[in-house]
Amino acid sequence: MKIMNCPLNGPRNISEFVYGGQVKTMPDHTLSSDSAWAEYVFYEKTEIGLVLEWWLHSPSSYWFIAERHNGSDEITRTFAPEAIFCDRVDFKTSEVPV
Amino acid sequence: MPLGLLKYGINSDYPFDKEADLPPPADLKAQYDVVIIGGGGHGVATAYYLAKYHGITNVAVLEKGYLGGGNTARNTAVIRSNYLTPEGVKFYSASVKLFENLSNEFDFNIMYSQRGQLTLAHTDATVRSFRQRAEVNKHYGGRTELISPSDIAKLVPTLNLNPANLPVLAGLWHRDGATARHDAVAWGYARGATQRGVELHQLTEVTDVLTHGGRVTGVQTNRGVVNAGVVVQAVAGHSALLAQKAGFKLPLVAYPLQAMVTLPVKPFLTPLVSSSALHCYVQQTSRGEIVFGGGSDPYPLYNSRSSLPLKESLIASAVEMFPFLSEMRLLRQWAGITDMTSDYSPIMGLTPLENYYIDAGWGTWGFKATPICGKTMAELVASGGKVPELIQPFELDRFSRFKQVNEMGATAASH
Repeated sequence: MKIMNCPLNGPRNISEFVYGGQVKTMPDHTLSSDSAWAEYVFYEKTEIGLVLEWWLHSPSSYWFIAERHNGSDEITRTFAPEAIFCDRVDFKTSEVPV
Repeated sequence: MPLGLLKYGINSDYPFDKEADLPPPADLKAQYDVVIIGGGGHGVATAYYLAKYHGITNVAVLEKGYLGGGNTARNTAVIRSNYLTPEGVKFYSASVKLFENLSNEFDFNIMYSQRGQLTLAHTDATVRSFRQRAEVNKHYGGRTELISPSDIAKLVPTLNLNPANLPVLAGLWHRDGATARHDAVAWGYARGATQRGVELHQLTEVTDVLTHGGRVTGVQTNRGVVNAGVVVQAVAGHSALLAQKAGFKLPLVAYPLQAMVTLPVKPFLTPLVSSSALHCYVQQTSRGEIVFGGGSDPYPLYNSRSSLPLKESLIASAVEMFPFLSEMRLLRQWAGITDMTSDYSPIMGLTPLENYYIDAGWGTWGFKATPICGKTMAELVASGGKVPELIQPFELDRFSRFKQVNEMGATAASH
């Protein structure tokens, strides 16, 4: 079985993990255009190479980030999301009714 | 052995049809009216209909490997139109109609066999969605109905009606469901196209797309530059990578899809059977092999490697459905790279480049659409960019306008 190193639980079988999509930067939803929002929702990086992805260790419900090669399936590193997402996000509500 | 067969074996004139083979490779010209990237089913079908219906024969099909060697050879050859959305049902029904007459049209046997396709429901929610699919299908002229477990037992006596303790509650019985030899479909189209003057260039890889002022001017290949009036892209799993070379992005994610086949045995299974809960479909080929297919891999990868966990879960499901399959031996396994869209519908038609047309997003449902894709893409090219009504809902632009076509009937193995 392929092994993935969970930052919280250590090396575990890949079957314990759930893929959660690429790590993307969310545009400000109160300001972004429809096409910029569509770009964020539907488009991913498609080149063959290293990609940053969200993964969930399902038994412990722990989300983290993995760097993986999407051609060779080699997992180069895994780390806690705090390394990237260190600021608190306040979701402002739109002033104009949507 | 029948005597007739023996006669063929010792006859020096056999094969009788000397035209059966493709013409020998020609030199690559510097200019074509139409360049089609991708020599799979969709690409050669587009070339065939361009030559046959529109008289456009200065066409080159560029294939990096060999004819029909990609996903055309890797699918599990299921032909059906029991989809959910009206857009999908209309489109795939037109494809089934074309398939029915393809052997006659080619004068070449594609081994089309209309055996019906049966999808099993194990939950009330699935039964409800099947009822909806049956009604949508009937409305558009398809032959699809909801049948009871006792009817299923008559149709497929060898099927376990309580697989993995998930009792079968009902079945979606699609009489138009069929199978065909997938290689023969590509060969038939390629033969028909090349006989009409289309050039098929195998081992010719497109390495870059040349553009100028919002138009495509040609392609860079490993055999030199080819100028083109119009370029059509039909490259399945690598669609997003090629589009990037042309300078635009596609909302696709590439997942491997694994399938496998057993040693051949005597015929026991006529319909194509799939289970919605077990994510598994089983069919017996005309040669007697049992083909198993399932869902895509659980995470994206540009690699057609095989993985043991997926094999194990797929075989476990197949054995639950047909317990005696546990005695059988696997003959081979393979994988293909599927380009999945988020709404399970394809991406067809115009692109940000004026004379560059796309046929992509074929995920796990591309083979059954081969004839209608070729026909509509040929219409699009011949009309100079007027998108045929049948494929208008599948435009690339739908994602930026939030007008997706949610096709939950796309994979026989899930929902």
